[in-house]
Amino acid sequence: MKSVVKQEVLALNGDEAVAFAAKQSDVDVVAAYPITPQTIIVERFSEYVANGEVETEFVCTESEHSALTACLAASVTGARTFTASASAGLALMHEMLFVTSGCRAPVVMAIANRALSAPLNIHGDHSDTMTERDSGWIQIYVENAQEAYDSVIQAFRIAENTDVLLPVIVGLDGFTLSHTLENVHVLSDDAVKRFVGTRKFINVTNHEGKTVPFKLDPNNPTSMGPIALPNYYFEFKRQQEEAMKNALKVIQDVNKEYAAISGRSYGDGLVDAYHVEDAEVAIVCLGSTAGTVKAVVDELRAEGVKAGLLRIRTFRPLPVERIVDTLKNVKAVAVMDRSMSFGGNGGPVFHEVRHALYDAEKHPYIVNYIYGLGGRDTSPMQVRKIYEDLQKILRTKRVETRVQHLGLRE
Amino acid sequence: MQTETEWKFTAKDIAEKPDLFLSGHRACAGCGPATVLRLIMKAVRGPTIVTNATGCMEVVSSIYPYTSWAVPWLHTAFENAAANASGIDAALKILKKKRRIKHEHVDIIALAGDGGTYDIGIQALSGAVERGHDFLYVLYDNEAYMNTGIQRSGGTPLGASTTTSPAGTVIPGKLEHKKPIADIMVAHDMPYVATASPYYWRDLLVKVRKGLEVNGPAFLHVFAPCPRGWRSDPAKSIELSRLAVETCIFPLWEAVNGDYQLSTPSKVFALAPQKKKPVKEYLQVQGRFRHLFTPKFEKLTEEIQRVTDERWKRLLKKCGVEQRAKTTA
Ligand SMILES: Cc1ncc(C[n+]2csc(CCOP(=O)(O)OP(=O)(O)O)c2C)c(N)n1
Ligand code: SF4
Repeated sequence: MKSVVKQEVLALNGDEAVAFAAKQSDVDVVAAYPITPQTIIVERFSEYVANGEVETEFVCTESEHSALTACLAASVTGARTFTASASAGLALMHEMLFVTSGCRAPVVMAIANRALSAPLNIHGDHSDTMTERDSGWIQIYVENAQEAYDSVIQAFRIAENTDVLLPVIVGLDGFTLSHTLENVHVLSDDAVKRFVGTRKFINVTNHEGKTVPFKLDPNNPTSMGPIALPNYYFEFKRQQEEAMKNALKVIQDVNKEYAAISGRSYGDGLVDAYHVEDAEVAIVCLGSTAGTVKAVVDELRAEGVKAGLLRIRTFRPLPVERIVDTLKNVKAVAVMDRSMSFGGNGGPVFHEVRHALYDAEKHPYIVNYIYGLGGRDTSPMQVRKIYEDLQKILRTKRVETRVQHLGLRE
Repeated sequence: MQTETEWKFTAKDIAEKPDLFLSGHRACAGCGPATVLRLIMKAVRGPTIVTNATGCMEVVSSIYPYTSWAVPWLHTAFENAAANASGIDAALKILKKKRRIKHEHVDIIALAGDGGTYDIGIQALSGAVERGHDFLYVLYDNEAYMNTGIQRSGGTPLGASTTTSPAGTVIPGKLEHKKPIADIMVAHDMPYVATASPYYWRDLLVKVRKGLEVNGPAFLHVFAPCPRGWRSDPAKSIELSRLAVETCIFPLWEAVNGDYQLSTPSKVFALAPQKKKPVKEYLQVQGRFRHLFTPKFEKLTEEIQRVTDERWKRLLKKCGVEQRAKTTA
């Protein structure tokens, strides 16, 4: 095992941590368009460029649609590419998200999660990335600025792994993380450069039957992004799904390898469990809310309540087995969703977790709390109330309301 | 840089130069755009990457697992050919700087139809040009959305019947004039803008080469008849691309750093206006204008003539050419 490298502590907000990580990752091309609460990422990166601190071609596009397009095109030309967005910007990219994953372009994109209009709202929730759940992107949700920094670096390794070749979203909660200052341990430029390495390319067969690298190379012409009729399209999609499956292992490996140099790991990279092993009641959530939940778990544990938390770090690919395994002894589960699925039976995370548990040997009681939309604050008191509800379910052996709204004026 | 002799694209040179847009694509017989692509690829000067917007030319040339492209080629979506070019340009620049590619220079050609240029793609195009990316944008203008079945675009001419501007009993096809896209591009203060037509193939090839040699963005507007959408005889596509120039419906010119210059094929009609043909000759051989030759709508051909003359006059003025009186000869 390599020893942990020397690190510096910087006071950075989440966005700055992301920009710093991108800067250290030897990114070749950044194409981006500003949107709150991501703007700081683009601004910081522009400063790095203006001061000659990075060897990166920065393209300040006229829209998010073109930003992702340019990243995708640069990526298939052979460059390591990065962008950032949120909310309306991500929605404007929507079409290109599918094209990027379909072209198997390993673009990394930080999303400072934010609500969608209408009404217009700039604050944090997960409506933007949840809408892109099925776009073929790997989705990692981070708990704090430190993890945002670490995850962006890891994301390049995951995306560019030749068994994966899929784009990665690193989601950080808007304002809660993007604009909040933290002490962030950063690796040296060298250590990051060594960790991310240089990009590798798989070989494919071109129109002349020649084996060529999978990129736009005038010496080895290939056609990329063609039209595929019903006789081929399905197979392309199946391969993307296979790549997602491969990602489950790659994410765990990268998490381990990164831990070896940084001393930091996030569960197994897929899920991060806190006191779940012997828990009777547990919350499942994503992102920064886990911090609040952990504090409440600590309080409850001190009071003798067997409370736990399962933070899903990698939402796509969904680590089904890990979720089932981690929750196997829990008797009542509450899933927290920071977005709505209008007309659905609860939020998307609830759907996924409840569905995963269908094949489990023992089924816990499982309820859903929609919370924090449009940046609505979620207090420890409210989280405590969730655990109380779960305990009541265990006492009465009855679920009164399957889906509830937390901290909402009804 | 190329020498003067290499600029002279002779018929022999062209015939001997290998095709980079290969045969076997699925375009209709008499497809103007396919001819244009084949010609354009005869004018490239070295390592070249092509990127294509969604549309007929992408669909007919890339049906997996086949391809008509002997150069690296990328399609991503309909509205973003210029954004693709931006990304490729950015990547090539930095990869060269970091010595991860060996090419001294790689040309980038972005291809799109009128739909992908006049309408949905104009934002990405305008942005990429404003940012000064080094690429040649080729608009092959078949004057409608052909890939989705002949719907009107901002490039569809007045009076043309399309499936979304059909000629009915009350409405005579498209009610609006063609958007002057090439002039809009000149207004971007870009280094090179030109129009071309495949009948005048040498003029077209030279313009492609000029566009590639320019440092920064270049825009080439190429006339490209579509027998399917124009309801014209597939054997007449090249003839139509001549008639469009002879009637001055599609004059040939270039603007180098904003300075307009009439190209030789069109100069003929400025110097000898009596040679300029009436637009009716061009309109009557196309089914999309058939209704204009019924008593109810025939006034529209006069309107088309009037606007054609007006735009021609304006162009001559921009080119600093004085039109001689029609009565000479
Ligand atoms: C965002 C989006 N809207 C609509 C379409 C459907 N579409 C595909 S090609 C096309 C028309 C292409 O027309 P044009 O650019 O003129 O090229 P042509 O087919 O005539 O060669 C349309 C509308 C699409 N692919 N993407
Ligand atoms: S529809 Fe028109 S543009 Fe499309 S392939 Fe046929 S002839 Fe060419």
